[in-house]
Amino acid sequence: MKEFLAQYMPPDYSAHGPQLDSLNAYVHWLMLILFVFWGAYFLFVLWRFNANRNPKANYHGMRSHWSTYSEAGVAIVEAVLLIGFSIPAWYRWTNRPGPETNPLELRIVAEQFAWNAHYPGADGIFGRRDVKLVSSTNPLGLDMTDPHAKDDVVALNQLHLEVNRPAIIHITSKDVIHSFFLPVMRVKQDAIPGMDVAIHFTPVKATGPDDHWEIACAQLCGLGHYRMRGQLTVDTKSGFQAWMKSQVAQNSPAPDTNPVQAATTSSPTTPHV
Amino acid sequence: MAQKRQIRIGDQYLYARDAEKALREALRVAEAEEREHAAHQEPWIRRYVFSTDHKWIGIQYGVTALSFLLFGFCLMILMRLQLGWPGQAFSVMKVLGENRAPGGVLLPEAYNQLGAMHGTIMVFLAIVPLAVGAFGNYLVPLQIGAPDMAFPKLNMASYWCYLPGGLIMLSSFALKDGTAASGWTSYPPLSDIATRGQTFWLVGMIFLITSSLLGSVNFIVTIVQLRAKGMNFMRLPFFVWAQFVTSFLLLLAFPPLEAAAVLQLMDRVAHTSFFLPSGLVVSGTPLTVAGGGNPLLWQHLFWFLAHPEVYVLILPAMGIVAEVIANNTRKPLWGYRSMVSATIFLGFMSFVVWAHHMFLTGMGTIISSFFQTTTMIISIPSVIILSALFLSLWGGSIRFTTPMMFALAFLPMFGIGGLTGLPLGLAATDIHLHDTYYVIGHFHYVVAPGTIFAMFAGIYYWFPKITGRKLNDFWGRVHFWGSFVCINGIFFPMFIQGLAGISRRLYDGGMQYAHAREVASQTNPFMSMSAIGLLIFQIPFIVNFFWNAFQAMRGKVTVGSNPWEATTLDWAATSSPPLRHGNFEVMPIVRRGPYEYNSPEATNADYLPQNAVVEQPAPVLAPPTAPVVA
Repeated sequence: MKEFLAQYMPPDYSAHGPQLDSLNAYVHWLMLILFVFWGAYFLFVLWRFNANRNPKANYHGMRSHWSTYSEAGVAIVEAVLLIGFSIPAWYRWTNRPGPETNPLELRIVAEQFAWNAHYPGADGIFGRRDVKLVSSTNPLGLDMTDPHAKDDVVALNQLHLEVNRPAIIHITSKDVIHSFFLPVMRVKQDAIPGMDVAIHFTPVKATGPDDHWEIACAQLCGLGHYRMRGQLTVDTKSGFQAWMKSQVAQNSPAPDTNPVQAATTSSPTTPHV
Repeated sequence: MAQKRQIRIGDQYLYARDAEKALREALRVAEAEEREHAAHQEPWIRRYVFSTDHKWIGIQYGVTALSFLLFGFCLMILMRLQLGWPGQAFSVMKVLGENRAPGGVLLPEAYNQLGAMHGTIMVFLAIVPLAVGAFGNYLVPLQIGAPDMAFPKLNMASYWCYLPGGLIMLSSFALKDGTAASGWTSYPPLSDIATRGQTFWLVGMIFLITSSLLGSVNFIVTIVQLRAKGMNFMRLPFFVWAQFVTSFLLLLAFPPLEAAAVLQLMDRVAHTSFFLPSGLVVSGTPLTVAGGGNPLLWQHLFWFLAHPEVYVLILPAMGIVAEVIANNTRKPLWGYRSMVSATIFLGFMSFVVWAHHMFLTGMGTIISSFFQTTTMIISIPSVIILSALFLSLWGGSIRFTTPMMFALAFLPMFGIGGLTGLPLGLAATDIHLHDTYYVIGHFHYVVAPGTIFAMFAGIYYWFPKITGRKLNDFWGRVHFWGSFVCINGIFFPMFIQGLAGISRRLYDGGMQYAHAREVASQTNPFMSMSAIGLLIFQIPFIVNFFWNAFQAMRGKVTVGSNPWEATTLDWAATSSPPLRHGNFEVMPIVRRGPYEYNSPEATNADYLPQNAVVEQPAPVLAPPTAPVVA
């Protein structure tokens, strides 16, 4: 079943992904068994108790109470799936890895209709942000007078991660609710303005030259929702450092001069007030 | 001992106290006759527009809701044209106007408008009014043996809140900047900063919610107070039970949404910030609002309604299916008592599962465990009801009438809808499937081939009661088989799309995304063709419906009062079509449960109406206590 579903699903390249896919397969087994069983019963009954074949109905109908046991069986299987699989998986999904795993911590700030990835840089501390400083060249409103901000890296629609290194991503939004979706990582989290929700996962495969891994938006966020996409790249350790260096060099004169910026935010929705 | 004086009235001598009683009774009878007479003289507008007769209000609800159903369906056809062949020009699209579809090519913002309005119209203007307003209004008083609803004027007010609500919603299509476009869920901040159409949406919703509240109070009081003699709760048809629980859901779940709609309206027109946090920057400019609000508050209030709402959509449908199945298997329902208990339990549980729509808003393990557990628990009563309906077929003598075809198809289709809820109800599997087409497939299976098929079963089944004519059987079968094939062609591929990770509400059906492009291009054209097929197969139904309704209006009644040989009071004790004022020639006395088909008690027929008298002659009724006054 897992293989059967996998042919329709995107590939799965995160450490926690196989656990979710297995659970999905078990649930689909349960669904399939119930559907096939009741479907067979249904077709048999339609044939056997057709008015032509059975002109007089039986007032009492089914006497046996096997259905009670089958319902109890369904309840038990559901309880096992819930307690044995889903709750532990969710615990793993929400429990952040400790500092000993050397996680890569960054922030994703969604906006109509783009993803800003904000890396804290060498000092590991995010720079201060202020909405008053937001401009087309400074989408996050980074306060460059803050010493922690100087080494920060802000990339537009580009998310680079390191293979086999846990990533902790703080997800928020500047304007409306978006949903940060990495299909190949089995990761999804709503990006809610005013909230900062940290998720974590570990990519286990580096992006190959022919791979197009994406950040999709899963929550309706306006007219550009359908084309709100970013690129996910999982680098090797050296590749990631090289990318970081190139970004720092690019950022040093002015914060973020990514040319993609103008193209992707050119269709604003006007606030009605 | 005081001497009792006698008074002569007419040719009788009575004691003073009895005379007073008799005069009072005579006055009451005279007044009632006068009222009856006045009622027949009702002006046209009171009979057909502002009617207080539950049957006419039911018909009003039914015709209005079916019109909205067709309208919402047509919006879906436009969306499917765009999804099947993204960016192509269609001349039919030009009905939306140049500002939405220049040259027949739908714009993204117009797609979002169609999506939001399709969802809103289908849920709030079509299915609920059809299931509760039309079927409930028409049938509940008949099935419990009541002369009318408990509050006829409230009933009228309920319809007259519903229609303006719907018209306000529709009128936003005339706005230059279009209708609401933030989905039927209207999540802020997107809806807070949306164009004027959203304000229309909110005002319309306030009317619709008010309508539902008025209706639900009426149903509860009617079912509790106006049951005929002998109609105890365990003799109620399952349909009435379903309506009873549904009314409690509407009564208790809708007020939070009404409050939420008012809050969002305030956010939009009075510049409050109930749902707007501080520090919002929209398209590069800080939003000048007070801030300090929370967008999640809306989601909690919305889903606190909208999950019970799911059961509002499904319970009346189960009620209709139960009636049709009992009648067409010619045997009692299997496990009537457990079905009733399961329905009540389902009603309670539906209030504690709402946050399973919000697993991905940053929920911790404890809260998510709670809502996953309640979600798994609520699946059990649904399984019980569905199993009982399946098992009711065993031992039956199944008549494959048109209503029965729709009712039978409901069972496996609703089954698919219910089963696919499992991976969405478990938070861990929901991570990948949340907000994808898997969700769309899941709830459409519940509501479209589920509830709407049950509604069709109900229309074919009760049409003879309402009009005195049966709908044409051949065209009914064409309607059934065409719809059955096409509707699966639309919704089944959605599960594949969902597994592939295609998000919902995408203007081009996912063609922008590398991971979705292949699956989307393989499935979408097929699904859109199925949708067009589904539209074509509704034509026989529409013609069949109006032709027969028209014939009935000309007085061409072709069936007796009980053409399906049914047992419940709606068939047993009333004529077809029922009397205009008061439902019964003689108030029925209920003597047994609702589904006594092939009962050992019955001697000459295979069914025994709830009010029929067996063996013993009818108990001699006490003569009227009041003497006849000359």
